[in-house]
Amino acid sequence: MRPFDLSMPADVPAALALLQQDPKARVIAGGTTLLDLMKLDVETPAHVIDITPLARREPSLVAITTLPNGGMRLGALVGNTTLAVHPLVGTRYPMLTAAIEAGASPQVRNMATMGGNLLQRTRCYYFRDTTLACNKRTPGSGCSAIGGHTRMHAILGTSTHCIATHPSDMCVALAALEATIRVRGPAGERTIPFEEFHTRPGDHPEIENTLRPAELVIAIDLPPPRFARHSAYVKVRDRASFAFALASAAVGLDIATGKIRAARVALGGVGTKPWRAVAAERLLTGASAASATWQHAAEAAFADASPQPGNTFKATLGQRTLVRALEMAAAG
Amino acid sequence: MRELIGSPMDRVDGRLKVTGAALYATEMPVDRVTYGALVTSSIASGRIARIDRSSIASLPGVLLVMTHENAPRLPSLTPPGGGRSSQDRALSLLQDDAVHYNGEPIGVVVADTFEHATDAAHRLEVSYAPATPALDLAVEIGRAYPAPVNPAAQGGRSGAAPHVHGDSTAALATAPVTHAARYTTPMEYHNSMEPHCAITFWTAGTNGDELMVYDTTQYVAGARATLAKRFGIGQDRVRVVSHFVGGAFGSKGAVWSHLILAAMAARQLGRPVKLSCTRRQQFGPVGGRPATIQDIALAADRDGRLTAIRHSCISTTAVMEDWVENATAPTKMLYASPAIDTKQQLVALNVGVPTYQRAPGESTGTFALESAMDELAYALRIDPVALRLTDYAEKDPETGQAWSSKALKECYRVGAERFGWSKRSMSPRSTRDGNHLVGWGMATATYPARSVPASASCTLFPAARNGVRAVLEAATHDLGTGTYTILMQIVAEVLGLDPAQVAVKIGDSNLPLNPISAGSLTAASTGPAVYEAATALRDKLINLAIADQKSPLYQATPVDVVVTNAGLSVKGNAKRSDSFAAILARKGASPIEANATWTPPPSRNRYSTHAFGAVFAEARVDADLGEVRISRVVGVYGARPLNRKTATSQLMGGIVWAIGMALTEEALLDVRSGRIVNADLAEYHVPVNADVGNIDVQIIDEPDSIVNPIGVKGLGEIGITGANAAIANAVYHATGVRVRDLPITPDKVLRGSV
Repeated sequence: MRPFDLSMPADVPAALALLQQDPKARVIAGGTTLLDLMKLDVETPAHVIDITPLARREPSLVAITTLPNGGMRLGALVGNTTLAVHPLVGTRYPMLTAAIEAGASPQVRNMATMGGNLLQRTRCYYFRDTTLACNKRTPGSGCSAIGGHTRMHAILGTSTHCIATHPSDMCVALAALEATIRVRGPAGERTIPFEEFHTRPGDHPEIENTLRPAELVIAIDLPPPRFARHSAYVKVRDRASFAFALASAAVGLDIATGKIRAARVALGGVGTKPWRAVAAERLLTGASAASATWQHAAEAAFADASPQPGNTFKATLGQRTLVRALEMAAAG
Repeated sequence: MRELIGSPMDRVDGRLKVTGAALYATEMPVDRVTYGALVTSSIASGRIARIDRSSIASLPGVLLVMTHENAPRLPSLTPPGGGRSSQDRALSLLQDDAVHYNGEPIGVVVADTFEHATDAAHRLEVSYAPATPALDLAVEIGRAYPAPVNPAAQGGRSGAAPHVHGDSTAALATAPVTHAARYTTPMEYHNSMEPHCAITFWTAGTNGDELMVYDTTQYVAGARATLAKRFGIGQDRVRVVSHFVGGAFGSKGAVWSHLILAAMAARQLGRPVKLSCTRRQQFGPVGGRPATIQDIALAADRDGRLTAIRHSCISTTAVMEDWVENATAPTKMLYASPAIDTKQQLVALNVGVPTYQRAPGESTGTFALESAMDELAYALRIDPVALRLTDYAEKDPETGQAWSSKALKECYRVGAERFGWSKRSMSPRSTRDGNHLVGWGMATATYPARSVPASASCTLFPAARNGVRAVLEAATHDLGTGTYTILMQIVAEVLGLDPAQVAVKIGDSNLPLNPISAGSLTAASTGPAVYEAATALRDKLINLAIADQKSPLYQATPVDVVVTNAGLSVKGNAKRSDSFAAILARKGASPIEANATWTPPPSRNRYSTHAFGAVFAEARVDADLGEVRISRVVGVYGARPLNRKTATSQLMGGIVWAIGMALTEEALLDVRSGRIVNADLAEYHVPVNADVGNIDVQIIDEPDSIVNPIGVKGLGEIGITGANAAIANAVYHATGVRVRDLPITPDKVLRGSV
């Protein structure tokens, strides 16, 4: 690991000032992604800003609160474990609790924060090995994943420059829940709809989100719960715990008298970002809650899939995972 | 007298370990220690064109940059490639500019801190003149060549030599029922929790400088010998200490490059060097299990009697060195058949040198053979257990020798009963529980029961507390296996001592010579040596007492004297007893020592010695998603354990390994670059607790007076054998999908069932 300077600002304005002074500085909270990548020499910051002290002056950063509209606000520094054991979150947004519990290990979840989970970087083998070409790590160097071991890679939202999967489970649930990301920067506070937070690789895989320079994630807002009765998170993986998804699906359904009034579907393990399956949602909305519907929706969700030779199975597996999640959600 | 041998005692080092008080190699306190980091190649084949030491020499804290340009020249080993012991492997010691695989050590950076060393190692600028590597097994298989016959390196009888008896071709052509298929297993890596690491330093000695090494090793004596040879110095100038080992599984049997490089750097720098391999460096420079491609053909009559077994294995090796995964070894001895035909071939790739990995050969081989037997059972419509009983080998098919002991029939019976096997329906895909298909599979487990010469020293000291204290010394190892505990139990039982009165000193090359702790050897070799040393000490004490007028045992007949609580007495006469403390006190309170070297008796050679077991597994497979989970395993093994608890743990650990081998473990070699791309514990999937259902291990008492005086067969490896096939067979029974290519991941299950 390269030697680096560590700053521990006392409050958010001080942290933002540091980020403005040093745009190349990296922010650290739980460190479960950043430290790992620093040890591998993938991330080589000369300056690391620890934001965990900010919560002393701004307790909302570690708070889980109910919003006047009936939604909930999750502070950016709330620990993943804290969220996973929060009874109200579990009651109102069970798919979020399930998604967090499906991710990583208890030890990692104890350290990981909400904001850090949002900004978690890909587990693409080729990104994590500095001896191999990677457009995300070194723009323009090429993508060595394409033509390599692609079993874990994305089949949705890929480009000729990058096929790396977004690894988060939590973000899949947040995509389905239509969360809003609250960020604060030099120009003040603004919100970003979850769908617009992560970006597809396109020609610039090195850009992964729409945060502007010197902005910090402050909180994640969840809309009032609508899908608590009919929701599910299903994850398929190579081992029973501590493995990234081969395919996952977060589903929320609003069902009345056998008809689906509204549906939210997001996919993990298959997309270059937490993948909102809007086409599937459209098909589900107004349809009857029945197995033929699930299959149609699953096919629609993967209509645009473009697999690599090493992950053609993911279209089938992804569809089946979604069907399972829809079945479970409908069953309640 | 307390019956200690065999009793399920807690580990004597358990408290030290859970409190962190047990010092592992790189935790040993050493003054002025520096930190080394390996630099590894980023091409798979070629030469180093330029390596710019100056690019990092002035970085903060850097003390030494050692490459092939400035590394000390080591004596060359002759003859190259031949005459080496199995512990003496082809290494990368910076003696030239050649690159043989991606990830090969090409330099060492030493700095004042670990962080400075690793940072500088990352930044060292290297350019290469690359050559075309051999990486794609599918392509290179066309260049397979016969495996060299090197029984010593394989620890087996006929080693990798082709084995032919009977006419398998004729039998296969005429048999009413045959089964032939190809089974494949991937490259795997041991991934012990503690990576390979060491502290090395040189001190002034009477015959020149002396090398001291704190290592994590399965073989302190082997490491001492190899280091001495590599540096061209006498073994008396090398000492290797390894008190605790955080897992090894075969990967710490040989001396690997990092250890010698650390010692080279320490000598050059004149300061101690601590070097710990990174997790990525566990995938290549320290050995691993090679990939295998195994073709099996079975022929049987309609009753299931085998008429031919043919098994050929192609395993990968490194261009640097031939190493054979002897997967056909169990095929030669497991089932009775008039014709058995095996052969081993190699394909050389530009990869790190493969090595022993838990049950090398037997694990990969039993996966193929026991999967094939299962397939034959379905072809015959015979129950898999019944088929194995039909083909039960009453003597060793390879040698014709009688077994020293074999409780395998009892293992099948007890295993089937505990598992509930009789309730199994023969047809696959016949049991469903919600979304899950449930299947049952079984297989035979086997591993050679080897013993080799070993020695031990046992000394009784007077002690203020408890009167006496026994110290047992042997240059053996505790890999987490329980050696400290079982040796204590032997000494305590033979001398009638309380466990707290026995100290066990192991893991030091200065102690009495012992074999490598591998191949399930330790309990079955060091165990008898310790037994004999303790017995010799007891006899000395008896002789002292009966010759001593002041002893109540004076002039007693030796055979009438028995060990009591920390003392001796005449059988049936409690009044005539003498404590060890009193015996020592009358001898001027000086300690009494006895040494023993145990050698397997020649009589043993008349027998075939193997351990056996039967494994039953239940797989639950998600019918739509292909996820396989193992809900329960029953493993029944014939043995006479020294400690029922640690033996059970060993077997259980082997079964967990089998779950990993069957379902999750695979090193992914990028055939363009030669990188192992999933070289970390997040992406190389060893099983986690959630993957492991209920494991019921039973040890059936199997008396064996042939193998050694304490009747012990090693149990370190048999657990992984067969169990992998039992799982594959359970997956087939659950789903009707036969996966012959490990690991059995969800995509493979789906591919078969779509």
